[in-house]
Amino acid sequence: MPFHSQILKNGLKIIGETSPSARSTAIGFFVRTGARDETPEVCGVSHFLEHMVFKGTPRRTALDVNRDFDRIGAHYNAFTSEENTVFHAAVLREYLPQAVDILSDILRPSLRGDDFDMEKNVIIEEIGMYEDQPTWSAYDHAKKAYFADHPLGNSILGTPDSIRALTRDQMHAYFERRYVASNITVAAAGRFEFPALVDLVEKACGAWNGAAVGRQGIRPTAGSGKFEVLTKEKVTQEHVILMASGPAADDPLRHSADTLALAVGDDSGSRLHWELVDPGLADSADCSFHEYEGTGSFYTSFSCDPERARENLALVRKVLTDVQRDGITDAELQQAKSKILSRVVRGSERPMGRMQAIGMAWTYLKQYRSVDDELQAFEAVTLKSIREVLEKYPIERTTTLALGPLAGLEK
Amino acid sequence: MGQDVYQHTFPNGLTLLAERMEHVRSAAMNFRVPAGCVNDPPKHRGIASVLAEMITRGAGERDSRQLSLALDNLGFDRDESVGPMQISFWGSTLARNLPPALEIYADILQRPRLPKEELEPVQSLAIQDILSLEDEPRQKVLIELNQRHFPPPLGQDRRGTREGIESLTPKIVRDHYARLFQPRGTIMSVAGNIEWEPLREQVGRLFGAWKPGQEPELALGKTPPPVEHIQKETTQTQIGIAFPSVPFGHDDYYAALGAVNVLSGGMSARLFTEVREKRGLCYAVWATYKTFKDRACILCYAGTTNERAQETFDVTVAELQRLKDGIEEEEVERVQAGLKSSLIMQEESTSARAGTLASDWYFLGRVRSFDEIQSAINDLTPKSILGYVHRYPPANFTIVTLGPKPLKV
Repeated sequence: MPFHSQILKNGLKIIGETSPSARSTAIGFFVRTGARDETPEVCGVSHFLEHMVFKGTPRRTALDVNRDFDRIGAHYNAFTSEENTVFHAAVLREYLPQAVDILSDILRPSLRGDDFDMEKNVIIEEIGMYEDQPTWSAYDHAKKAYFADHPLGNSILGTPDSIRALTRDQMHAYFERRYVASNITVAAAGRFEFPALVDLVEKACGAWNGAAVGRQGIRPTAGSGKFEVLTKEKVTQEHVILMASGPAADDPLRHSADTLALAVGDDSGSRLHWELVDPGLADSADCSFHEYEGTGSFYTSFSCDPERARENLALVRKVLTDVQRDGITDAELQQAKSKILSRVVRGSERPMGRMQAIGMAWTYLKQYRSVDDELQAFEAVTLKSIREVLEKYPIERTTTLALGPLAGLEK
Repeated sequence: MGQDVYQHTFPNGLTLLAERMEHVRSAAMNFRVPAGCVNDPPKHRGIASVLAEMITRGAGERDSRQLSLALDNLGFDRDESVGPMQISFWGSTLARNLPPALEIYADILQRPRLPKEELEPVQSLAIQDILSLEDEPRQKVLIELNQRHFPPPLGQDRRGTREGIESLTPKIVRDHYARLFQPRGTIMSVAGNIEWEPLREQVGRLFGAWKPGQEPELALGKTPPPVEHIQKETTQTQIGIAFPSVPFGHDDYYAALGAVNVLSGGMSARLFTEVREKRGLCYAVWATYKTFKDRACILCYAGTTNERAQETFDVTVAELQRLKDGIEEEEVERVQAGLKSSLIMQEESTSARAGTLASDWYFLGRVRSFDEIQSAINDLTPKSILGYVHRYPPANFTIVTLGPKPLKV
């Protein structure tokens, strides 16, 4: 599938992978900004701003934005992570010009005061919704415990207090600083003509401010090593997360780390599955690898009847210690590779999947990664490269967070 | 749009459906066996879920681990789900790995070992599944809403009850399997880069000797009272509202779909606009359509902070009732654009296509063509949707709330 790229004079990057057999086109605006780029006084602003982007521009009210997207039958949304804020839409190809028009327009939002006040309520509702979900809550607290004063520990949603205290001017200042052209990549995948896309984007975004912007605090961390128990009497199951450090998003070892996490904790046929879920000791147990700019981390988690939490924690620790000492077997490696091959191929069959993949690769690596590049990188993983991951990033060196009814969960 | 859709019903009653999608490298499979949880005997509620979990723990020549490893080595990602009417087996992988995966599924469906030593761990998982629902208030309210809206056992939750699960023995589970797993009424669908003739030949060889049995009968009980509050100290109050609609295949089906989409088809639809965008009352609010062969409903959900729950409820119900007052041309155009774009984008997903083939066959006994659906969408008008709304007005609500305080309903 042919790849194309171009940089506008103001620094805005445009990339595209064209696929003539696709039925649709997916397009995303990747803004390299997120919770890690926030100072404590504007905690939650990246995510709140993501909501405000849909609230209108000089040309469109909030209702116009939603109506214009719906008129072209777009599948559209946005998300905010620690490092990225992404606005995306999938449309039938004849509607690509309209999709570019709406997305580029809303990326210069009016941030009107009354919309700002109204949307505060929605954000506080969203925080409340997640508070009632212990799985998510445990994940958020585990990140805080592990990253401690590292910027990646910043909360994405913020707190009801931080959101109430935020002013429209603070948000506007953050917007002016972070949503500059040089900090944005436009990625498209599916059925479209790249030169025509460049024309559309250049007309719409060519005049955007091109000032340079950086990111502070890019550094690795091995985590705090803390062991925290958060007692929530009304929660039914005990939710436990163990975090350990791993390679960064641009580290060639990341494919080995991904493969290792799959062998340890995929939802079928992994070590944790056989140890905890298959015998019915825990209702879920898994391990996944997350990569960030400058560092990465393994998240190992399980949830179970509180009475079994202590013995399950010991079992999980034993799995991690065994893997640290002996690595995984060749059979486990081959099994993990078969699954990855199938997932990478299937994930690439929809334009939305490819758009996200090339957009993220460009944001983190400043390079194009084709499906075959990714397949080859996973094919090249060996027991030796997995050993290298374990030597550099011991998976047994964990920070632990438990959330649930238990008062204590001693080691 | 040209479609390559095939169908064959074998003499024992098993129906095979397939769609060839040349532009992909993968293939997806969906097997539906008419053994859903409505067939759970009252004293063994939860048995369908236990059976679905046990059935992959060893089959034919392979024990539990060998079976899991064999599928993993084919890159076959899979899942079993228990619905009211059917147990579904889903899976997808590279198209060339589908035939060997089907050989394994022939064992799972016809020769499961259902080993007695696996029952206890599976019971433990099933009970934890019930307990963990307490940590998922949104799911809890929707489950309760279904149970109150439909007569039992139609709306009952697949998880069953703790007592039902604890009452099971290996023999009870095996007898349940023997009674309900059979080719008559079983649908198998495949979509992706496949060849029809070899597929039909293989499925015939693998499943042709499967013996048909009796189709189970279903007796409906009395629907419980329609209003319920579940007391729970949560940050948000969860609200569920249901009211009757027409089933899939009914003359008014597309108009009903239109009405649901006027309410909740995109971010400019009525519920999102009125409840969230204009009033900032909640983060999540939506409506969806749920159908059985002979009855259906529209389900609405909203989750909101306790202080704003009453207003959220009142505004949501007012929006449902406002449907009768009129629908604009513009709204219908947006609904049509959304439905058409979903229809076309579905052609990019093998698992979405496999699912649609199977559900079309289950409800209609045929697969709808792309052109048929597109023309039904094109035919929607404010008048046709409004006609449906007047024939089946939003009324006779089933209402379930969960939170610290009941609402005035």
